Amino acid sequence: MKIAVASGKGGTGKTTVAASLIHVWPDPVAAMDLDVEAPNLHLFLHPEEIGRCRAFMEIPEPDESRCTFCRKCSDICQFAAVKVLGEVLMVFPEMCHGCGGCLAVCPEGALRPGKRELGEIIWGTAGAAPFIMGRSRIGEAMSPPLMRQVKAHLSRIAPPQIDLIIDAPPGVSCPAVNAVMDADVIVLVTEPTPFGAFDLGLAFKAFAPLGKPMGVVVNRAGIGEDAVYRLCERQKIAVLAEIPYDRAIAEAYAEGRVVADAVPAVRGIVEALARQLQAMDRPAPKEVLHG
Amino acid sequence: MSKIAISCDEPSLDAQVDPRFGRAAGFLIVDPDTMTFTYQENGQAQAMARGAGIQAAETIIRAGARAVLTGYVGPKAFQALSAGGVQIVQDLANLTVRQAVERYKAGDIALAQEPNSQAHGGGGRPGAGMGGGGRGGGGGRWR
Ligand code: SF4
Ligand code: SF4
Repeated sequence: MKIAVASGKGGTGKTTVAASLIHVWPDPVAAMDLDVEAPNLHLFLHPEEIGRCRAFMEIPEPDESRCTFCRKCSDICQFAAVKVLGEVLMVFPEMCHGCGGCLAVCPEGALRPGKRELGEIIWGTAGAAPFIMGRSRIGEAMSPPLMRQVKAHLSRIAPPQIDLIIDAPPGVSCPAVNAVMDADVIVLVTEPTPFGAFDLGLAFKAFAPLGKPMGVVVNRAGIGEDAVYRLCERQKIAVLAEIPYDRAIAEAYAEGRVVADAVPAVRGIVEALARQLQAMDRPAPKEVLHG
Repeated sequence: MSKIAISCDEPSLDAQVDPRFGRAAGFLIVDPDTMTFTYQENGQAQAMARGAGIQAAETIIRAGARAVLTGYVGPKAFQALSAGGVQIVQDLANLTVRQAVERYKAGDIALAQEPNSQAHGGGGRPGAGMGGGGRGGGGGRWR
């Protein structure tokens, strides 16, 4: 099964939960950090690196000498990434989504395939778990193209039958949806504060159309109020686990340790969470009537 | 003199200059010699999540403007306007279109050499830095 650990906003302890789940997972599991703008799962899992490669996207490269300024390219581009400006054919590489439309329609061969670096893909092993992450090039504005390549690369380093835990980007925008859309279950990590409840509400709304089972983990439970719980009740989404606020957790985090490893009480909580998640994927067997 | 584009939200010389370039409601395309004008809507650019400035630049270049008078121009729009040979006058505010054109004609303005507004790409990271620890700045290279 595939589990995406997401959160409506950053700083809720999403990576703490993802790292802990990977640490206690009872079956063979792979770890994938798709928070490519600010990957940090590796800071807790301390994987051994096996390899890395740079990832690129195909974008048009202009050859003005062939251009007749017919504008077929700019008419098809939804992203203002290729334009005829007076007598100048201009490509804005960072705006391009790599759809290839302009290359296909240009009748003059005035656009050739070039490339833009998206970032890098790094893989290795964290204990027994295959580990993979992406890291966007600084200044790269789009995450999903790199995320797709990280996902595709996973099949080369992990057997398809093992489970997968995904550290998704925070928020509810395109990259977050892209990270959770292949999961069987979405775990939303939140805090019992008004901000936590607000962002959790946004996450429910953004991910509900995907039609996947969702569950909530309340981190730093006990510090705030009950708006998060009321929201979950209203939306009929289960609170799967509560991780209390504890100094030992903050210390383990600061030292780059897996919290479920460093703090025994958390280990028990995360193990119970893992069992619940596995049950969400495998619906209870139907009763068989003998007779 | 060639035509000038001024960002504003209604087809009148007495309209206020709209400080936004890419997200302006539209542009008055003025012939400074005769003060006759046409109005060019900017709805296509306004509808875009990103690239509004580039789209607006294309719009006014196609309308034949060789100069633009506005408030804030971002880096990509600046690049597009410069490529199209359009002079850029920015930082205008609290002026009517007529006043801006008169100042341009009198040479009482500075042509911009660089954009005065930063790109506002695909939206920032939600809640980044709120106790996240180790976030941002591409921090924490893997060994
Ligand atoms: S590849 Fe697609 S997005 Fe990129 S410039 Fe061409 S049409 Fe636009
Ligand atoms: S489609 Fe080709 S020839 Fe036409 S404007 Fe674009 S690059 Fe030039």
